[in-house]
Amino acid sequence: MSLNQNSTVATNSIPERESVMYQLTSVTKNYAHKGKTVRALDVAELSIPAGQMVAIQGPTGGGKSTLLQMLGALDRPTSGSITFGGKDLATLRSAQLGTIRAEKIGFIFQNFNLIPTLNAAQNVETALAVNGVDKAGRKERALEALAAVGLADRADHLPSELSGGQQQRVAIARALVKNPQVLLADEPTGNLDEAMRDEVMELLERQWREKNLTLIMVTHDSAVARRAQRRLRIAHGKVTEAK
Amino acid sequence: MYFTYLRRELAGRRRQTIIVAVGMALAIALVIVVNSISSGIKDAQASVLSSVYGVGTDITVTQKAAAPTQGQAGAGPGGGGQFDFGQDAGTSSGGTTAISQSRLSTSRGSTAFADTTLSTIKNVNHVSGAAGTLELTNISFSGTLPDRSQRPSQSQSGGTSTPPASGAAGGGSSFSVDSFSVTGLDPAADALGPLSSVTLKSGRTLAASDDGTNVAVVDATYATSKSLAVDGSITIGGTAFKIVGIVSSTSTDASTATNVYIPLDTAQKLSNMTGKITNVYVKADSSANISTIKADLQKQLPDTTVATQEDLASSVSGSLSTTASLVSNLGLWLSIGLLVAAFALAVLFTISGVSRRTREFGTLKAIGWSNWRITRQVAGESLVQGLIGGACGVALGLLATLAINIASPTLAAGVSSGTSGPFQRSGAAASAGSPGAPGASGLAGGPPGGGFGGQAKEAVTNIVLHAPLSLWIILGAVALSVVGGLLAGAIGGWRAARLSPSEALRSVA
Repeated sequence: MSLNQNSTVATNSIPERESVMYQLTSVTKNYAHKGKTVRALDVAELSIPAGQMVAIQGPTGGGKSTLLQMLGALDRPTSGSITFGGKDLATLRSAQLGTIRAEKIGFIFQNFNLIPTLNAAQNVETALAVNGVDKAGRKERALEALAAVGLADRADHLPSELSGGQQQRVAIARALVKNPQVLLADEPTGNLDEAMRDEVMELLERQWREKNLTLIMVTHDSAVARRAQRRLRIAHGKVTEAK
Repeated sequence: MYFTYLRRELAGRRRQTIIVAVGMALAIALVIVVNSISSGIKDAQASVLSSVYGVGTDITVTQKAAAPTQGQAGAGPGGGGQFDFGQDAGTSSGGTTAISQSRLSTSRGSTAFADTTLSTIKNVNHVSGAAGTLELTNISFSGTLPDRSQRPSQSQSGGTSTPPASGAAGGGSSFSVDSFSVTGLDPAADALGPLSSVTLKSGRTLAASDDGTNVAVVDATYATSKSLAVDGSITIGGTAFKIVGIVSSTSTDASTATNVYIPLDTAQKLSNMTGKITNVYVKADSSANISTIKADLQKQLPDTTVATQEDLASSVSGSLSTTASLVSNLGLWLSIGLLVAAFALAVLFTISGVSRRTREFGTLKAIGWSNWRITRQVAGESLVQGLIGGACGVALGLLATLAINIASPTLAAGVSSGTSGPFQRSGAAASAGSPGAPGASGLAGGPPGGGFGGQAKEAVTNIVLHAPLSLWIILGAVALSVVGGLLAGAIGGWRAARLSPSEALRSVA
């Protein structure tokens, strides 16, 4: 069962070269703010093994989002290297980063970020449009992904016709439909009430186990963070292991 | 995905789509209407000009106006005519003397020149044909005067007098002055010049064998007003001419250039102007050479006025000319202004749409959409908005043009009397007063210058304005809407492409 494999895999049981999903070395990210340079991220060393479920916590403005941007290939660091699956994201061109995002990384956002004019199935299909899947294949896989998150009967509903929890489940289906290696979640339960929070977290955990994902979540919610195998704390751009 | 997304976006943002499309539609419709009216006006001008100059004439040559010379017996060309009656003129009966005199002279404002000029013109490079004409005016005076030697008893009208001279009763005088235009032309050269644009209504047109004979072709409008018919006769310069044909203008809206057409040599003889012509109609071998010919002619014939169709178009006056300038000025600028406004509207709406959808595009980039794919999506939306506007605009423009064509507004067109044209005869008829009318008799009589009314009317032609639509106008309008859509799409797409994918992570909407 993949659950056992994933949850128990330790970095030393598999050769390290294959098991490390992310390797950050001397990564900094600076922003110009009112004429001054602000260092948003300063990570000396961080390794995230494949299949790990990581929660990132920390104060607002501490660098959580910046770290997520680096891990998600949305932005390049000012200096240092971020190795993802053997490639250094810091040196790739924008188009190459785009391809990596399209194929290997799934995103979940606090505000769900669904396209308001597209129905649930079409929203899921947007993730496949860039992966060369034909129309019939896209439709089929989108419906499967929606079924996997329990929304088979809501495929033709617009986001505005769905509850917050349902919208986030559509977003999870969109993130997972392309079978990514990594799922990055930015406050996935931040806009949900408790009941929906648990519902979404159970879904995420189930998908993480079943699909052998590396799941990295930024969260304020300690209840959510406690579910993770590993908790990182980031403040003033520095990452520390939380107890 | 592309079309689904596009369709969903346009349907989902219906208000924006409608505003952009309506703006574009109004602009496109205005462009179509202005264009078709403007080509309608060009047609109308061409119609006025061809009824005067004939079809196929590229250039006209006339003599520059000179000081009147006393070249002919009785009256100087173009000057105030004068009728001289001797002591024994007219026939007296019943106490009145009926007198009648008819005189043929060059039209007012026209100056005759030697017909050797014609051969000079024919030798100019690129001239494929030239025809000379002699534009004349026939003025006839007829009426009755009291016979001093006898007691007045009855009135009498004579000659071609139009109104019955009833006013002469009781010792008064009654006379009328009748005037009509006569063009002498070379029957062999009727492919060019005034007779080339006419339609034969009855009888025949002038033939080469008519040289030197007293035959005439009469304009249908004039013939109707004077009750003239084929095989009838008309007195020109005191000589009776046989009417061999009645012609009308090919344009249903205008009369022909002249009331009466006669062979050139007959006209020259009758007006004592042997070897003289007043106008030369020139045809170029190609329209590209018209300006070259004009320059050559001006060099070789410095005393003449050389006018191309383009020059002549500016001599068209009346409400047609007013409309032409209204359309070319106000209409043109209005449509350009509206087009710019519609384009700006489309661009602004697209940009504000992109700004509103920052997170949407950021998300799409985050899940791997390329800049090109997003630009294409935004541009596609704008393009379709433009096309919807274009289609509505074409429909609206077609309806408006149809409405104009159904309403068929009538415009008055005249040919203004400049220094060059052979048109002064008309204007002159209206303004010259009563040449030769012996005001000294001063007694109540028939309407002075009764014949002029009909002449003056010819100066202004009523032209029905049609607004023709060509496929090119419609294609051009559609192209404009595509350009507008692409412009908005390109700018909006460029903005969207510049967005960072990390915008997706911003929690503020």
